[in-house]
Amino acid sequence: MMPLHLMNARLIDPETGREETGSLTLAAGLIQAIDGPTPKGATVVDCGGHCLAPGIVDWGVKIGEPGERHKESFRSAGLAAAAGGVTTIIARPDTNPAIDTPETLEFVTRRVAEASPVRIRHMAALTKGRAGTEMTEIGFLLDAGAVAFSDVFQVATNTRALARALTYARSLGALVVGHPQEPGLSAGTVATHGKFASLYGLPSVSPMAERIGLDRDLGLAEMTGVRYHADQITCALSLPSLERAKAAGLDVTAGVSIHHLTLNEFDVGDYRTFFKLTPPLRSEDDRRAMVQAVADGVIDVIASFHTPADEESKRLPFEEAASGAVGLQTLLPAALRLVHAGQLSLAQLFRALALNPAKRLGLPQGRLSVGAPADLVLFDPAAPFVLDRFKLLSKAKNTPFDGARMEGKVLATWVAGSQVYRVPGAGV
Amino acid sequence: MTFRARHLLGIESLSPSEIVTVLDLADRYVDLNRRTVKSADVLAGMTQINMFFENSTRTQASFELAGKRLGADVMNMSVAQSSVKKGETLIDTALTLNAMRPDLLVVRHPSSGAVNLLASKVNCAVLNAGDGRHEHPTQALLDALTIRRAKGRLQRLTIAICGDIAHSRVARSNLILLGKMENRLRLIAPPTLMPPGAADFGCEMFDDMREGLKGADVVMMLRLQKERMDGGFIPSEREYYHRYGLDAEKLAVAHPDAIVMHPGPMNRGVEIDGELADDINRSVIQEQVEMGVAVRMACMDLLARNLRAERGRAAVGVMV
Repeated sequence: MMPLHLMNARLIDPETGREETGSLTLAAGLIQAIDGPTPKGATVVDCGGHCLAPGIVDWGVKIGEPGERHKESFRSAGLAAAAGGVTTIIARPDTNPAIDTPETLEFVTRRVAEASPVRIRHMAALTKGRAGTEMTEIGFLLDAGAVAFSDVFQVATNTRALARALTYARSLGALVVGHPQEPGLSAGTVATHGKFASLYGLPSVSPMAERIGLDRDLGLAEMTGVRYHADQITCALSLPSLERAKAAGLDVTAGVSIHHLTLNEFDVGDYRTFFKLTPPLRSEDDRRAMVQAVADGVIDVIASFHTPADEESKRLPFEEAASGAVGLQTLLPAALRLVHAGQLSLAQLFRALALNPAKRLGLPQGRLSVGAPADLVLFDPAAPFVLDRFKLLSKAKNTPFDGARMEGKVLATWVAGSQVYRVPGAGV
Repeated sequence: MTFRARHLLGIESLSPSEIVTVLDLADRYVDLNRRTVKSADVLAGMTQINMFFENSTRTQASFELAGKRLGADVMNMSVAQSSVKKGETLIDTALTLNAMRPDLLVVRHPSSGAVNLLASKVNCAVLNAGDGRHEHPTQALLDALTIRRAKGRLQRLTIAICGDIAHSRVARSNLILLGKMENRLRLIAPPTLMPPGAADFGCEMFDDMREGLKGADVVMMLRLQKERMDGGFIPSEREYYHRYGLDAEKLAVAHPDAIVMHPGPMNRGVEIDGELADDINRSVIQEQVEMGVAVRMACMDLLARNLRAERGRAAVGVMV
């Protein structure tokens, strides 16, 4: 394959914090040179001064394979990801059946290779059937390519069994992803304690449930020495615990969903089920605290928590409706709201979207450095548009941003140096 | 006279003048209901369907009577007979009924917001007869009418709402209505039955009932919603009665002319003393039931007028 020379681009390097105009030369799937000369025979692309950043590593995407392909397939998720500037999907194991054996993992890995234009790596279940009682074959699953272990939103109540699984995982250096939540407090709730939930008569949970869950998980991480990542921290109440654990030197990181950074509980409005999420949307104070925590580096990762749901499961009374929102294609424009509001720099944003998740998962992506994989997104951060959910490439269209005014359009996406997406009409 | 609403989904969307419009019209229906010949024909030829996804005897009977007295053809559909049990979704049920072209749909549903969802899918007028823990607007309106007739006004009263506020849609609708009419509101409940966001409602909160009742003009008792409790909100019914049950002794600290209300059905000896409930000098519980029919007649009359006007405009193609 001929080398590709991307010139006149505003390079966003999350590692060095550099944001300046330059060029990248791609060859053999890797970044060959930065600001180097145009190699002979190279295809030259003028990026028009737009932003060129490492492709997003979206950690925690639900894809309906196996079991729920009518909601999302590797193909549809991959296309949506490419259009959203996501070059690596970290898929969740909350499929049907759960990805809890090396055989299932090998099956989905094979399907990905056939179907998806972007990279898809898998988390495996920590316990069989995600039931929280018996640990999975963590060693075999690591050998089969699992990047982390998680029971997703299923919180283990058998602390002893969980502690054993964590101890075993530690011996293999496996990364465990927890969902910090006290399940007794959060069972059956669909909103956060406060005026909104009370006025609308929705069963609600105290933000303290998240902190209690986090404190337990951090205690177990300290006890077992496991590498631990909290999937979503969404409440200000949880931050002191997280900061303390990091200061004490525990091998702990945390993420947050883009929805909890850009929406609050009042956005649910008149029982709009596309805003029903797990955990539920929080107060505006919490939202602001999460944005600050990302800026301060207390929270490491921003992800979409892409959760496809069919129309039928959302056309129900709020309490009965399915939870979750799609996000692969809206992650970047929604996250750019934080940049436009002056709360994060582009380099800080891509640290949370690409570099930090890649580093934590032991992947070489997320960097703009010589020798790094040529997984890139070219975007115009200021291009305005109104989101039409029916134009999303996901099979499921359950986005809370339908009709929202957004700024920031992906112009092109490359995976391993090959272009996997190009906005219609763009000159790249 | 102002009443612009297309549906009656909650008190939240009503203006104070719309509330007064309903109450004024309801006063006239009270007079009609006290005559021997009670029929009016304002809903003649119209079809009213009562759709109750949650069991109810009193509210359903009240709506049925209200519709019949106004001349509507009334059909009752209770959940036990419906296809919901066969797995049909709420929206499909709504669309099926909508195809039968009813004019008024009265709906009760155990999920908050379910009636709003249904209203968005049909083209008749929808009345919320209670959705989950959200709203029960006709109950709040009948309570308001009862208070206005007993006290001569609906402003600047000290009103204490006592009991299971967390699980009560009656409490929510009443808080909103009485707040809009500028009354002083007090919530009295054990902390486990106080809604988590109550501090933001702009009410005074009490866990000591005697403190909360001091000088109150109106005492609204709520039913202990046993069926909504997934266990362990109070230690026992007898301790609850001891601390939060209304009896003559606790009522003695309220204003000497204070009235006692209860939305029914009552748990005598749990939240209210049986004798006090029957004391015609203090209790207006029977009046509440009477006002219920009149208020529901007024609501349906007003919604039917708006529906006719809307259909009339559509028929002649007037731009709205």
